[in-house]
Amino acid sequence: MKKQTIDSRPAGPKPWYDPRVRSLFFQVVAITLVFWGGWTLVDNTLSNMESRGISTGFGFLEESAGFGIIMHLVPYDATMSYGRTFWVGLTNTLLVSAMGVVAATILGFVLGIARLSSNWLVAKISLAYIEVIRNIPLLLQIFFWYFAVLSNLPSPRQSVDVGGTLFLNNRGLYLPEPLTQDGFGLVWGGVLAAIAAVIGIRLWAKKRQLATGQIFPTFKVGVAILVLVPIISYLVAGRPLEWEIPALKGFNFGGGITIIPELAALWIALSLYTASFIAEIVRSGILSVSKGQTEASKALGLPHGLTLRLVVIPQAMRVIIPPLTSQYLNLVKNSSLATAIGYPDLVAVFMGTTLNQTGQAVEVVAMTMAVYLTISLLISLFMNIYNRAVAIKER
Amino acid sequence: MKKTKSIALGMALTVGAFTATGAMAATTLENVKDKGHLQCGVTSGLPGFSQPDEEGNWTGIDVDTCRAVATAIFGDSKSVEFTPLTAKERFTALQSGEIDMLSRNTTWTLTRDASLGLNFAGVNYYDGQGFLINKGIGVDDATQLDGATICIQSGTTTELNLSDYFRAKGMEFKPIVFDTSEQTVQGFSAGRCDVLTSDRSQLAALRSKLADPSSAKILPNTISKEPLGPVVRQGDDQWFNIVKWVLSVQINAEELGVTSANVDDMLKSDNPNIQRLLGTEGDMGAKLGLQHDFGYEVIKHVGNYGEMYDRNVGPDTPLGLDRGLNALWTEGGIMYAPPVR
Repeated sequence: MKKQTIDSRPAGPKPWYDPRVRSLFFQVVAITLVFWGGWTLVDNTLSNMESRGISTGFGFLEESAGFGIIMHLVPYDATMSYGRTFWVGLTNTLLVSAMGVVAATILGFVLGIARLSSNWLVAKISLAYIEVIRNIPLLLQIFFWYFAVLSNLPSPRQSVDVGGTLFLNNRGLYLPEPLTQDGFGLVWGGVLAAIAAVIGIRLWAKKRQLATGQIFPTFKVGVAILVLVPIISYLVAGRPLEWEIPALKGFNFGGGITIIPELAALWIALSLYTASFIAEIVRSGILSVSKGQTEASKALGLPHGLTLRLVVIPQAMRVIIPPLTSQYLNLVKNSSLATAIGYPDLVAVFMGTTLNQTGQAVEVVAMTMAVYLTISLLISLFMNIYNRAVAIKER
Repeated sequence: MKKTKSIALGMALTVGAFTATGAMAATTLENVKDKGHLQCGVTSGLPGFSQPDEEGNWTGIDVDTCRAVATAIFGDSKSVEFTPLTAKERFTALQSGEIDMLSRNTTWTLTRDASLGLNFAGVNYYDGQGFLINKGIGVDDATQLDGATICIQSGTTTELNLSDYFRAKGMEFKPIVFDTSEQTVQGFSAGRCDVLTSDRSQLAALRSKLADPSSAKILPNTISKEPLGPVVRQGDDQWFNIVKWVLSVQINAEELGVTSANVDDMLKSDNPNIQRLLGTEGDMGAKLGLQHDFGYEVIKHVGNYGEMYDRNVGPDTPLGLDRGLNALWTEGGIMYAPPVR
């Protein structure tokens, strides 16, 4: 019986007329071609480099680098390997990118909101800023901050001296460095306890507000706890902190923390430039929230600040997040312009000096590209997760 | 910007690798003859070595080294085109076949000779690394430079020598690494660093570029050996020989007293060394795959080594560099070329 039913069904099309078989066939062909092309590329490059006597492989990463780098977040000196220069460059890139993302976001939001201000002057200042900054090439801005600002700073011997602890000259900004002594663990404990307490208070206050409608001054109390608890634990532990004050010796200041002008110039330029784009994104996001929302919120008696914070911005974020991600990606990639002013980022250190000393162009360029790709994909990933969290939840 | 350029070069290398099998079939000499000109890699602007003037004509001792090779092939010193390259780009450009030879004050070292697929074809300038300092910092000797901030150009042997020198002396320094020599000078004159380090010949050139050259001085110390010379790709011995022997012919010519001014008279010389050099006797040219009188053409149009030196970097030029090590071996220097025979 069963067999008969199957037999009685009309025969399907011949395999080469079957759209499913066809599409599968073409997909297999396309993938094969892509892999074949990629493999040919790699194989040809390797065999041709070998026939020309160019060394290949990643063995060079173990060799001693032998050159100095002015700024390193991971321990480094000239006796360490080329592989270590990669990490030095990478951490420097990540540092300036992270600083840039934070500053550009804050400044961008302020400018974007200011652009919509009902105060004529504030709105026009923001407009002028955005139009000027985003229409000048970034490289020129970096040069401006580096050379124009740098040449106006005094030499080390005529440093700007703030209270004998903080010095500014054309070699950088010198800050006292905190050196933690025995017993500083108590202060860290205090900080953690304070953070935990603030989170607890916040949760409790929210619950109470939902239940009774009473508002607890979470912000003021939170700030007080965050400031007072660490200070008290610091005093209780017997002030376990010493400051290393920078001092002039020989040509320059030694000791303390140095912020080199290259980092400052790059950071300022990247932040100001990206902020102008973020401002426009924020403005478009806010404008995308219909006017009725604001009016309804006003009708309920919410003040302007709360209307922005609780009604407008949460809805605007849905429009803001995707293009904001692109701006973060741009900022990270633009940080490679560091090489123009001698900031030791990944491109300057690894794709510059290391590439040159070893001559292993293909490997070094491939590694550098892989790093930028990874950073960008990670940013995208986190922003997508965040975006999913703030997106409209269809219920 | 620089990043894009380097990646483009990296891509060029990869693409070059694709097409290499075809290009390798013809020799570099045949390729150059087919193109009708020599493609030569030089610096993007270093007085005395290679620099374009207002009309775009390139001059300098490295440029003349290229012109001499072009003259040996075509009998015409104009059949050469120049590709300005940064220190970072130079080897990739040569490896990928973008240029036929590199003449860009490049130091001959073991690593470069042995692992880059390149060959150094001789030395056209013996140099050594030195320090340019601002007179204001009151230093007379490099041993007093502990803790100094130093501007360097990226991608040079200079970076390694500097680090070695300070390590050997147990001193510290802070390197600021720039991409081009212009930026390095800018950083130095903006006061970002106390010291600028480079090859001594370059220091003289860079000092002449400062707004007030008398504000800076070159320290007496020489911390390294920097034999600078033309470079070719490995694997084409004929081309390697041509570049090597054109330079040797120029040095021999100076030794034999043959100059661009007297070369026509010298054609009648009875000295067999001069006859072989100028191609009136023997057939030295054919052995290299060149015309028999290539030596005559080179001396006639470009001049001997001494003329090339005096014209570009010698005492009468803005650089004002004495011959020093670069004098002939017969005159107290070490400039010595194997005999043409």
